[in-house]
Amino acid sequence: MSLGHTFLGLLEGQPRHGYDLKRTYDEQFGHDRPLPYGQVYATLSRLLKNGLVEVDSVEPGGGPERKRYAITEAGVTDVARWLGRPERPEPYLQSVLYTKVVLALLTGRSAADLLDVQRSEHLRLMRELTRRKLDGDLADQLICDHALFHLEADLRWLELTSARLDEFAATLSATPSASSPSSSAGGSP
Amino acid sequence: MTPLLTATGLRKVYGPTVALDDAGMTVDSGEIVAVMGPSGSGKSTLLHCLAGVVRPDGGSVGYGDRDLTTLSDRELSALRRTEFGFVFQFGQLVPELTGLENVALPLRLNGARRRAAQRQAAAWLDRLEVADVAQKRPGEVSGGQGQRIAVARALVTEPKVIFADEPTGALDSLNGEKVLRLLTTAARQSGAAVVLVTHEPRVAAYADREVIVRDGRTRTTEWVAG
Repeated sequence: MSLGHTFLGLLEGQPRHGYDLKRTYDEQFGHDRPLPYGQVYATLSRLLKNGLVEVDSVEPGGGPERKRYAITEAGVTDVARWLGRPERPEPYLQSVLYTKVVLALLTGRSAADLLDVQRSEHLRLMRELTRRKLDGDLADQLICDHALFHLEADLRWLELTSARLDEFAATLSATPSASSPSSSAGGSP
Repeated sequence: MTPLLTATGLRKVYGPTVALDDAGMTVDSGEIVAVMGPSGSGKSTLLHCLAGVVRPDGGSVGYGDRDLTTLSDRELSALRRTEFGFVFQFGQLVPELTGLENVALPLRLNGARRRAAQRQAAAWLDRLEVADVAQKRPGEVSGGQGQRIAVARALVTEPKVIFADEPTGALDSLNGEKVLRLLTTAARQSGAAVVLVTHEPRVAAYADREVIVRDGRTRTTEWVAG
C-alpha cells in the first residue's frame, strides 16, 4: 500500500490539513490500524520535497498541523500513473507455508496436520470477514470480498498440497541434498 | 447442552468403495455447520446419513431421543417431512408446479389446507425476495431465483434442521452470495440448524464452524494454543 499515493488521491478532491488526511485515511482504509501522526507528517514532507504537494495556506501559530496541503500538477500526474499501473501479484503466504511443509516432511512431522491446522485458521479468518461483510455497507463488502478471495486461493493451494503430500514426500526423499536435515545442511552450494 | 444431532461411528460401503469409515459429528440446535472435503471424500454420504436419507451400515445417528438408524422407512419419511428441510444443488423443484405451489407442497403433504399453505408459501417467497416469480414455473426462472424458491420450500415447514448440499454450486458468485445470505439469515431467525455441505471455503465461511471429511473420516482441526 503506497501511503503517499493514497494521500495524493485524497488531496486531489480538495486541499486538506494533515489531521484531516489522517482522519479520512483511517475511516476509509485504516480499519483496526489507525495511522500514526508521525507517519502522516513524514509522508507529507516527502511529497512536499518531491513537488507533488504544496502548502496551500498556513494558519497562524506555526507547526505542521497548521498547514493545509494541496496537490500539484506533478502530483496529479503521479497519482494517475499509480492508479493506472497494475499491482504485482504477490505470493502472500505460500513461501512461508511451503517452507513449513518441506521442513515437516524432512523432519518426519505430519505435514497433513500442519496443513489442516492452517486451513482451520484460514477458515476462522474467513468466517470473521464474512460476518463483517454481512453487517457492513457496500464498501465493507468489497474490501472483505477481496480478502476472502485471496484466502480462498491460499486454501485451494493448501488443499492441493494436502492431496499431493505423498508424491511430494517421495520427491523430497529422492533428492539427495534434501533427504534429511543433516545432509541438506551441507548439500546446497 | 445436548446436541440436536449426534452421529457416531458411521460406516457406509458402496460395493468396493468405503464412503464412510468411523465418521462422526454433532449439530447443536440453531447452529450452522459446514461439512467440507474434496470430491469423493464422503461428505454427501455423511449428510444423507445424518438426514435419514441413507441408512448407514454401521454406527448411529441420534436425534433427540431417537436413533435414526433404527426407525422404519415410514417413520423416517415422516421425520424428514416435518422436522428436516433440504436444499440441493439443482433439480429439486417440481417442474410442473409454479414457485408458489412448489413452496406450498411440503405443507400440503403435511395436511395443510390449500389456501393456508399458499398464504404461508407466499410469505416465505417474499422473505427470500422472489415474490415476483411466484406464479412462474422452475423452467421460467433464473438459477438464483430457483435456489431461493428451493430455500423457501426448505424453510416453510419451520424445520429443526436444514440439510444443504452444495446449495450454491451451480450459481455465479453474486447469486451464490445472495442465496447463502438469505438461507443463513432466515435459518438463524427461525432457529433452524443448518448442515451445509460444500467444497468451497467462501461458502463454509457462512457457518459457525466446520467439520472436515477426508477418505470417509471426519477430522477435527482446531488449533489449540500451547
